[in-house]
Amino acid sequence: MGRSIERHRYILDFTLSSLFRRKGKNASLLFVYTLVVFMLASVVFFTHAIKREGAITLKNAPEMIIQRSVAGRRDLIPVSYLDKIQKIRGVSSARCRLWGYYYDPVRGANYTLMVPEKSGYGPGSIVIGEGVSRTRHVYPGDYLGFSAFDGSMIMLQIRDVFSAESELVSSDLILMSEADFRKLFGIQEKEATDIVVRVRNPRELSAIAWKVSDQFPDTRIVLREEILRTYDSIFNWRGGMMVFFLGGTLLAFLIFAWDRASGLSQEEKREIGILKAIGWETSDVILMKFWEGLVISLSAFLAGTILAYCHVFFTHSFLFEPALKGWAVLYPAFKLIPFIDLYQVATLFFLTVVPYTVATIIPSWTAATIDPDTVMRA
Amino acid sequence: MRKSNCFLLYLAGNVLLLLFLFAHAFYQEIHAGPILKANSELVARLELSDLCLFTEASYTRHLTQTDLDTPFQDCPICLEHFPSGSILMPPEMLKRSYGKIN
Repeated sequence: MGRSIERHRYILDFTLSSLFRRKGKNASLLFVYTLVVFMLASVVFFTHAIKREGAITLKNAPEMIIQRSVAGRRDLIPVSYLDKIQKIRGVSSARCRLWGYYYDPVRGANYTLMVPEKSGYGPGSIVIGEGVSRTRHVYPGDYLGFSAFDGSMIMLQIRDVFSAESELVSSDLILMSEADFRKLFGIQEKEATDIVVRVRNPRELSAIAWKVSDQFPDTRIVLREEILRTYDSIFNWRGGMMVFFLGGTLLAFLIFAWDRASGLSQEEKREIGILKAIGWETSDVILMKFWEGLVISLSAFLAGTILAYCHVFFTHSFLFEPALKGWAVLYPAFKLIPFIDLYQVATLFFLTVVPYTVATIIPSWTAATIDPDTVMRA
Repeated sequence: MRKSNCFLLYLAGNVLLLLFLFAHAFYQEIHAGPILKANSELVARLELSDLCLFTEASYTRHLTQTDLDTPFQDCPICLEHFPSGSILMPPEMLKRSYGKIN
């Protein structure tokens, strides 16, 4: 056992010396390999953390939302629908929601305006999200002006700001009273944005949804399970830029592996020939090449994974920010909770370390089985 | 010092750092429990349906509330022009409901 370990250590010593002899080439290889692992691990950590946080946060989302669609576009829903929906068997309660968007011409930002079911503040008051406060530099006690549908200005006083921890759901949110909302957008009393429904038995959701769509063919229904499924498949690998992003990374990695698997350089072949000529066994040469692959790939994997973790969870994914931000002026700070597990890291390991190490051994085995004299003369 | 020792020490240092990050993640997850609970309660209280990931377009701000026409609401032949629209997948229910109609 001791001799075997010592043999491995001597071979590792020799492998490291051999790598240092070509330090320029190997350092650049290590740098690019680390970068590939870093990008891949950053995407994995970021998407997994968003998905998990979304699943936990949205587990209490409305069970059913009923929207009205007119000419392929969402329209206000008549409040009269509410009475008929409440009478459907299995519905425990239903409520009209009022919400919409407001474009702020001062900062060029979009806000989500909403009327809560129960509010501690009356007309003339608003509660804003941390993102709105940051964008407009407004705080509790300040007034925020809104341009109403008829051109008049409505000044509302900020009573409270949502905590920074809730930014993932409330960053652009502005809560206001029903009277202010209707005055701002000119929405009549008999209309609302949509209807949310609570049911007695969640297993009856699809049956109730069918009854609603049967009674109101102009409506469209969104169920909670669909909301959760949407966020579970968010940033799916098929999604637009993600294909190019992951595709580019994997292609770069394939080029690496192909470069290794397609054959050794003349210098490396000569080195193997000399080693065999001085008495090294084929198994020793393969072991040396195995260590060479492992030194490079393991170093790149560890460094890339550690850097990716720091990037996503300590620096709030600052490299992804320009891509995620788009044209948005109000941008929530992604202070993600680090949801990582061994499965993710193991998947990354098997995707990056194993193929490279195997790709290093195959050409070495071919070179190590050829006659040393032929290899050295080539 | 032998080169192999240096490398093994470097490897051990990295593995320790990785384990430390795992411990950090574990601690953060426990520490975030009350925050996640408060956010989930906020979602229930305000009846919110979406995460605030993108604010540039309505169909990416409220991803689950969008429909097939929303990205083209400016005019029938308008092309997608918000970057976030090219990152996200369309919501799951669109495939279902429209699939059934068609």
